[in-house]
Amino acid sequence: MASQALLIKDIHLEAKIFSRRLLLGVILVFGLSLLLTARLAWLQILDFDHYSDLALQNRVKISPLAPSRGLIYDRNGVLLAENIPSYNLEITPEEISDMPSLLKRLQQLLSLEESDLNRFRKQVARSPAFESIPLLTNLSDQQLALFEVSRHNYPGVEVLATLQRHYPEKELFAHLLGYVGRINEAELEKIDPINYRGTTHIGKLGIEQQYESLLHGQSGLQSREVNSHGRPIRVLDEERPTEGDSIVLTLDRDLQQVAYDALGDESGAIVAMDPRTGEVLAMVSRPSYDPNLFVHGISTKDYSALTSNVETPLINRAIRGQYPPGSTIKPLTALAGLENNTIDPATKYFARPFYQIKGQERKYRDWKRTGHGWVNVVDALAVSSDVYFYDMAHRLGIDKMAEMYDQFGMGSITGIDLPGEKTGILPSREWKKKRQNIAWYPGETLIVGIGQGYMLTTPLQLANFTSCIAMRGGCREPHLLKTQLSKEAGKQDLTTEGWQIELKNERNWDHIIEGMINVMHAPNGTARRSAADAEYKIAGKTGTAQVFSLEEDERYNADELARDLHDHALFVAFAPAENPQIAVSVIVEHGGGGSSTAAPVARQVLDAWLVKEDTKPDG
Amino acid sequence: MVELSGERRSRLSLRLDPILLLGILLLGVLGTVVLYSASGQELDVVYKQAVRIAVGLFVMTLIAQTPVHWFRETAWWLYLIALIMLVLVLVFGDIGKGAQRWLVVGPIRFQPSELMKLAMPMAIAAWFATRQLPPNTVESLIALVLVLVPMFLIVRQPDLGTALLVGSSGAIVIFFAGIGWRLLLVLLSAVAAGVPVLWHFMHDYQRRRVMTFLNPENDPLGAGYHIIQSKIALGSGGMEGKGWLNGSQSSLQFIPERTTDFVFSVYAEEFGFIGVAVLVLLYLSVVLRGFYLAYTAQDTFARLLGASLGMIFFVYFFVNVGMVSGLLPVVGVPLPLVSYGGTSMVTLMAAFGMLMAIGNEKRLMPK
Repeated sequence: MASQALLIKDIHLEAKIFSRRLLLGVILVFGLSLLLTARLAWLQILDFDHYSDLALQNRVKISPLAPSRGLIYDRNGVLLAENIPSYNLEITPEEISDMPSLLKRLQQLLSLEESDLNRFRKQVARSPAFESIPLLTNLSDQQLALFEVSRHNYPGVEVLATLQRHYPEKELFAHLLGYVGRINEAELEKIDPINYRGTTHIGKLGIEQQYESLLHGQSGLQSREVNSHGRPIRVLDEERPTEGDSIVLTLDRDLQQVAYDALGDESGAIVAMDPRTGEVLAMVSRPSYDPNLFVHGISTKDYSALTSNVETPLINRAIRGQYPPGSTIKPLTALAGLENNTIDPATKYFARPFYQIKGQERKYRDWKRTGHGWVNVVDALAVSSDVYFYDMAHRLGIDKMAEMYDQFGMGSITGIDLPGEKTGILPSREWKKKRQNIAWYPGETLIVGIGQGYMLTTPLQLANFTSCIAMRGGCREPHLLKTQLSKEAGKQDLTTEGWQIELKNERNWDHIIEGMINVMHAPNGTARRSAADAEYKIAGKTGTAQVFSLEEDERYNADELARDLHDHALFVAFAPAENPQIAVSVIVEHGGGGSSTAAPVARQVLDAWLVKEDTKPDG
Repeated sequence: MVELSGERRSRLSLRLDPILLLGILLLGVLGTVVLYSASGQELDVVYKQAVRIAVGLFVMTLIAQTPVHWFRETAWWLYLIALIMLVLVLVFGDIGKGAQRWLVVGPIRFQPSELMKLAMPMAIAAWFATRQLPPNTVESLIALVLVLVPMFLIVRQPDLGTALLVGSSGAIVIFFAGIGWRLLLVLLSAVAAGVPVLWHFMHDYQRRRVMTFLNPENDPLGAGYHIIQSKIALGSGGMEGKGWLNGSQSSLQFIPERTTDFVFSVYAEEFGFIGVAVLVLLYLSVVLRGFYLAYTAQDTFARLLGASLGMIFFVYFFVNVGMVSGLLPVVGVPLPLVSYGGTSMVTLMAAFGMLMAIGNEKRLMPK
């Protein structure tokens, strides 16, 4: 009954309501039409003289002037990103009567690619017809000559000289600088349309993206008088664009080169920083790519070659590569043990070949088949005893370890001035609960204590915590911008941000630093070969990170494994140990052992920096 | 042979409303005349526009033969399809970075928001048709949600102008359905109160865009340039205009988008205030004829749909002319039936086809 009642409608009431509303609609339509008519009468009748004058004078065309982009230097004034002249072929669509045939003729003359034409057509479709649009950028000398000879056949087509971005160091700084590329639709939504009117390129990655606002500058305007056909006659007024600010980075080109070469053809990353200031001196990620490819829009072939490469050259491993830290984390584990009085620096512990949690069958093996025998914390660091740290970690518990790692920045971004930094993973009870909704197992504490298991870090985080140790808790935020060379404000140096890690017992710094020195200089130190004949004292720590987990009784045998299952080789160090000037982290993907592969690489970087500093002291 | 009665004979002929058809044809012809001048005397443009009008008229004729209850029965399906396609556009737009308003299936390029322009008033009218008018608060609010969801999707494309037009095509139906004045007042106040809140949550660049939108003089090379040039063209046309093909503003190419969004500026420069008055009267007669067809329609669905189609046609006209004359912000709405362009022409003609179909149904009930 109820549903039927709904269908019986009062048709007369509905018609009445509708008629009343329709009447209101008619009144609205008339009112608004009157408003429009009045507005046009005002413009066309009352203001006729005014606009008539304006129309006669309307011989002025306004066009934007793009600012030239700021340059990028290394700390010694070596140019890393510059602007070089290039010639573009531009077309003003509204001056062309038959675009398809024009494009066909130009395609024959200059052997254009179909992709250029498609990009051009797309841009024509979304731009006002009076704006000139580049058909071809970066003309070759031959193309330039061919066009100039027959340019009278192509009214409405112009050759314009512009500045284009160029990266003279090519692959060396690709991940750091990033590159500029054509502004895409997504970026178009975010930029200031007024300031970017004449700008075609925008910083896409790295420093170019990070400091886009400094580097871009302020766009200008030019008004030109035109004749009755719209051709410019003379410039009436010009508001010059303000150049973008140039910037000086903390990087050292030569050190970067040494680090880049030291990695050889291996995939991996190196970060070197000055622990006193947080200045990043070198940051290498291999394999790399040539950023100049991207400036003009990379060809499909080149791009798919880069993206299909299994070694992922486009990724900046130094800030986006996440690796288990392996034994390089042991100094922090030791510090947690010392601070919580879980271990005593003097007490020796007998490190057997394996460790067992009471009441459990599973054997947690040491990397050394025979075990290390009697070791204290300093020895345990030097020989990298796993069993010593299993025991300590088990007694210490995950919460206190995680607290210490957290103080050194694990699991959070360092805040470096590069876009896209990853956080890594700092495993803890809460983290595991949130991620997998499973309780924490005691065995997991053990393997986190030696930097395996869930824990992941970026090479930058490794260099960062090594710097913190070097400065005995005086951490500095890693950064790349050293100086901003502003036209208006002059030279502006950047102040460094930092924080202090306070220990309950300051002496604990000595113990872990002594352990790290012994890694390099004690007769049983894991990286003693890499410190041989060093003119300065190094404090370091080797690490070997498993790519997959071994069964309890399996032994790792590189010869039997595919290359991409080989262990990652890691190494962190600072030097000189008593007066630290540089901290380094090295990771060689699938490089095998940290002491055999990663430490020698770091040694080359340390030598390049410290020996150079002896001869010409840095300001 | 049996003599066909008068009524039977008219059933065999194409059932097109002669007055509406005349208005549409006059506007279309006027449009091609202006386009010839606006395009710099390119016959190609005129030819293409004529083809579009012809295709549009064909679509209109087809739809005009359809019984009105078909519209009501397909309304929800059309609405649902348009909604799904709007979501697809957003998803694929995110991947492709290109123009997000278009859906490309093989050789066919299609703007789902155009379909929504028709589906929206149909669906809202269908919603009210099964209910006793005037609608209560809950029914009005449900209708409002039906209007806001596609609007939100179109805003995300982002295409604020189209979103507002699609939204108003639904809102107009709600108004004609007799939404209570008190509720209307509350909703309007809510919108007014929501503006500062929205502003608070916007990014800097979004605020800058809104500012440029409201005050184009901020951007002397973009929107501001368009408006300044357009006003000069309008004003210098004077009472009688500069004559066909003689508009200096348009031939010197100062008016941007002069075949599409700013075609009215070219018309007003060349035909003056007298021409403008004629054009306004033409549009008015089309709108009022549409209203009349809705008024004489036989049921609530047909009345609501017809009136809203007439009204939205007027809104397009008003927004476009308001925009080029500097009364309203520049939102990129073409002048209906006159501006150069494909999809919108077919949409418009389909709407007129529906209006004519409504006019064809005989009144069954006395007033």
